[in-house]
Amino acid sequence: MAEIVEKSEFGSHRVKRGLAEMLKGGVIMDVVTADQARIAEDAGAVAVMALERVPADIRSQGGVARMSDPDLIDGIINAVSIPVMAKARIGHFVEAQILQALKVDYIDESEVLSPADYVNHIDKWGFNVPFVCGATNLGEALRRITEGAAMIRSKGEAGTGDVSEATKHIRTINAEIRRLQSLNHDELYVAAKELQAPYTLVAEVAETGKLPVVLFTAGGVATPADAAMMMQLGADGVFVGSGIFKSGNPAERAVAIVKATTAFDDPGVLAQVSRGLGEAMVGINVSDLAAPHRLAERGW
Amino acid sequence: MAGSSGPIGVLALQGDVREHRSILERLGAEVRLVRSPDDVAAINGLVIPGGESSVIDKLARVFGVREPLRTAIGAGLPVYGTCAGLILLADEVLDGIVGQVSFGGLDVSVRRNAFGSQADSFETELMVPVIGAPPMHAVFIRAPVVERVGPGVETIAMLSDGRVVAVRQGNILGSSFHPEMTNDGRFHRLFLDNVDRSQYQGTVAG
Repeated sequence: MAEIVEKSEFGSHRVKRGLAEMLKGGVIMDVVTADQARIAEDAGAVAVMALERVPADIRSQGGVARMSDPDLIDGIINAVSIPVMAKARIGHFVEAQILQALKVDYIDESEVLSPADYVNHIDKWGFNVPFVCGATNLGEALRRITEGAAMIRSKGEAGTGDVSEATKHIRTINAEIRRLQSLNHDELYVAAKELQAPYTLVAEVAETGKLPVVLFTAGGVATPADAAMMMQLGADGVFVGSGIFKSGNPAERAVAIVKATTAFDDPGVLAQVSRGLGEAMVGINVSDLAAPHRLAERGW
Repeated sequence: MAGSSGPIGVLALQGDVREHRSILERLGAEVRLVRSPDDVAAINGLVIPGGESSVIDKLARVFGVREPLRTAIGAGLPVYGTCAGLILLADEVLDGIVGQVSFGGLDVSVRRNAFGSQADSFETELMVPVIGAPPMHAVFIRAPVVERVGPGVETIAMLSDGRVVAVRQGNILGSSFHPEMTNDGRFHRLFLDNVDRSQYQGTVAG
């Protein structure tokens, strides 16, 4: 009937970026236990992020935040059949090697954890497992893609429940893309210099009008309306961290955010799913955070 | 070129909707994104994209498109499903999440995540006789496999170890892999040919 006529290739560029394409229009939820992972899967999460503490707790408890215990990650992998992501510290390539050995489906090289290297990010090309990285602007996104990231999430300010930074970052990335599209070809060389990103990637973005990988939004999303706003601003999907399991009614809120992400342009549906969710996470205004406590400024 | 005057639907609840839309438009189809029962009533063919099958199933029920789609598929609506789409077309889903159901229509049993985690995702060259040479560059992402093929179902692609990765039954076509990711329009052409030949008249009288 049909047969493989060539050797199969694992961990290719296309396969790594491809999984992110399949997550589009979906919600990725932070979970700290197998029970939470099951609640997230049941609510319609497209993937879960397995971690020991949600960003709100990392923020309030302080200290060095690291990769989660492999037992916890295994427990979550065994509890659900949707993709499982886990976080490694920025630049901590050994945590990434461990997460790959645990067979997580995606690694988040995340500013939510304490950076392990204040100069270099992980060389992500050497891994079979794909990486998602945070970015606050287009240059940062393109530098991460240059290092091998197969998915980008705008950073926002994790663990706050304040969506203003997420808004700023997705708007910034999209505005910078639109600006590139308006430039003449001979102006792209300087644009690349200014963005501190390779010319070939800059020229590709100017041509296509989008990042070469999927762009999700993260950091401070706490309500269905927040998620829908990110989608209307052009995100391919959303990460919800502390916003679900730090709220009064996680299961219902999770379902509502999933529905809002799909029906992001239908205010009637959004009004309906926003009703009766109980208390949202209390949150912190980003402007009340001293600059050294802002996670989005980690990574460069 | 009989029949097909209305648009081709792409089920747009979650997944790689954009890629399917773009390949269908390149082949000359008018595309309508499907999120509501009204959308289902307007289409002459449907593509169910890749994505997370458990999520698409849940959203299809939430937004009231599951029953209209089941009725339409039963009435002969031409459909093509890739990956999660294949799972949603299977009469039986193996390894689904608790409570997961499918639209059905294909007399097959499909195992979800049959290859394992993302580490086992791969791309390869597949000979698919019904679309001819050259081989299809097939991308498998946490892909499903067809484990039981019913009597009326034709196997149209297999891996070298015999695992079935593409099938068709009447107007229904399904593949474990993603032609929309490699911009190879031959599977979508096959689907659009089904639409052109189809006698599907819609499910709403008049």
